[in-house]
Amino acid sequence: MTDRTVTLAHGAGTERTRELLADLVVDRFGDAPADPAGVGLAALDDGAVLPTDDGAVVITTDSHVVDPPSFPGGDVGRLAACGTINDLAAMGATDPLGLSSAVVVEAGTPVDRVDAYLDSMAAVCDRVGCPVRTGDTKVVRDGEVDEVVVTTTGVARIERGAHLPAAGLSPGDRLVVSGPVGDHGVALLAAREDFEFASPLTSDVAPVAHLVAAAREVGRVTAATDPTRGGFATAVNELADAADLGLVVEERAVPVADATAGAAEVLGIDPLTVACEGRIVLGVAPEDAERVRDRLRDEPGGADARIVGRAVADHPGEVVLDTGVGERYLPVPTGETLPRIC
Amino acid sequence: MTTDALSFRDPDRADRLRDRLERLVAAVDGDVRVMHVCGSHEEAIAEFGIRSVLPDGLTVAMGPGCPVCVTDRPEVDEAVALAEAGHVVATYGDMIRVPGTEKSLAAARDAGADVRTVYSASEAADIARETDREVVFFATGFETTAAPTAAVLREGPPANFSVLSAHKYVPPAMDVVADHPDTRIDGFLAAGHAATVTGTDVFESVVERHDLPVVVAGFEPLDVLAALVFLLEDLRDGEATVTNAYPRCVADAGNERARTALWEVFERVPGEWRGIAQVPDASLRIREPYAEYDARRRFEIETPADDGRGSDCICGEIMAGRAAPRDCPLFGEACTPRSPVGACMVSDEGPCRIQHAYGGDRRP
Repeated sequence: MTDRTVTLAHGAGTERTRELLADLVVDRFGDAPADPAGVGLAALDDGAVLPTDDGAVVITTDSHVVDPPSFPGGDVGRLAACGTINDLAAMGATDPLGLSSAVVVEAGTPVDRVDAYLDSMAAVCDRVGCPVRTGDTKVVRDGEVDEVVVTTTGVARIERGAHLPAAGLSPGDRLVVSGPVGDHGVALLAAREDFEFASPLTSDVAPVAHLVAAAREVGRVTAATDPTRGGFATAVNELADAADLGLVVEERAVPVADATAGAAEVLGIDPLTVACEGRIVLGVAPEDAERVRDRLRDEPGGADARIVGRAVADHPGEVVLDTGVGERYLPVPTGETLPRIC
Repeated sequence: MTTDALSFRDPDRADRLRDRLERLVAAVDGDVRVMHVCGSHEEAIAEFGIRSVLPDGLTVAMGPGCPVCVTDRPEVDEAVALAEAGHVVATYGDMIRVPGTEKSLAAARDAGADVRTVYSASEAADIARETDREVVFFATGFETTAAPTAAVLREGPPANFSVLSAHKYVPPAMDVVADHPDTRIDGFLAAGHAATVTGTDVFESVVERHDLPVVVAGFEPLDVLAALVFLLEDLRDGEATVTNAYPRCVADAGNERARTALWEVFERVPGEWRGIAQVPDASLRIREPYAEYDARRRFEIETPADDGRGSDCICGEIMAGRAAPRDCPLFGEACTPRSPVGACMVSDEGPCRIQHAYGGDRRP
């Protein structure tokens, strides 16, 4: 027994989240899968890989609470569908079989609103070809949740060994990001605080499965992760950590939309440290990096794909940011940058 | 974003400035130690990794440039005592978590005291307009925030409003640091935003007294690199002068109206700066004509005796430019932004907080 309590910082997708998971979850459920082709909880990857006789099943689950539930560019329904589809994609499972969806609704919420969230979810599922196959609905008393909590689980089948592990990078591999970073987090913060900026800020929330599939068609993709909580900075640190390699990121190559960069500067936050919900970061074999980038640029949501860095044998586990002026380390953001944005 | 030319972040220009710095350091044939006195300079240096590209033989250290960090513990204690006595205490966000002798304002607030975050002195006066309770503005910062505090007092704020001044004036602290036997300084970068108020002439006395060059610098990476070039040119030529390297914002004469307000309301008195000890005339006290708004004269403030409690925190040494955050045994271990031991880890302008947030310069 301890007298510790869970704080919002524990949920911010940062160092503290990892500490909490290590304490409470990995100890209990973190045993390595018997089959070496599997991926279990201890990997803290985007999902699990469960090998079968003729292939492997990939499964992932995520609860979505967002304030406000409807925001520029999307809502909690769209977010819940994309979040899970994208976690599957980050594991290399780009053709999901289906989703489950469990919705907890606060009493007093207008039915029209729930209807709209489910419409948004359905639109994403239709586009990706990943129907909701089962679900659950609970209603709780006023104040017990803030309007709605949506939990989705996704299942996909892949060939044995075809998953993309977080630890897959080798020295020399290039990092490719599929589009501008930080849009979701900055748009949410601005919406929540009622800040109005001259240029509209819009969340990037969108499925990325087609981007991962397209990249793998034209090049050898060695690792993938979706930069959600904790943003790009957290995602690349996780890749470096998992592979025990160093990464060098060219800050000026990392795309950031003008409106997002301007608003982030005003709000005093770094767009590299806040969530994206429609981007993917890929490790790609060096000889294939330009081809993959160009292929992504032909896809919806990939027009601004860039090569932003490379893996090196130096400084294992650490990410060096080349700012154009000098070099510094890019740390995992600590504490609660933006609560409840995904 | 704006173009590179407008944002003063252009890598090619940075490269050229770096080359010039390298030649200048070779020309002065030495180990040059420059001190800046501003958290915003430290942030620019850390955010862009500038220290990683400084030539060997050139060190840039931070001095007493974080107003939150140099606020002395007894000053925090006074604010806590006023909050605990039932008055509304309004202050800048950073101050709320700075530890006092027994507690911080945040701890007082958790225990029920009314402590409010404000962004300006006038916002604090607005709070007083909406309540009958006493509202005390715990006023910290250098010239840039002292002048607006002065303006509020000159406008005649409500009778239930008062100011607990922890305002400080930077130039005399530069003297103290330059005089300190353990601190070697070959030149100063002065803070461009403070100079928009004071002007550049104010640094002439620093130059004369210590025979050290002072360059008033802006806050983009090219501003910092260019200012270092000017400083090293002075050193190469054996000239100690004041150079305005931030003329797009700073007029040599400063802001006359702001200065008039500042010195009409405040006078310079001796006071403690955390880490630098007593500075003879760098604490700003409210003058007699405005005494009715001085919280120290309005209230009897009882504070706990300073227990001189030992701590491994070396915030003071860091503020005096004698140590760097990574020299501290607590840095990143016992002392982090989420549980800070010293003010240097609390404030956004604190060197430890800045080092932590930006990961530190790449080490060879």
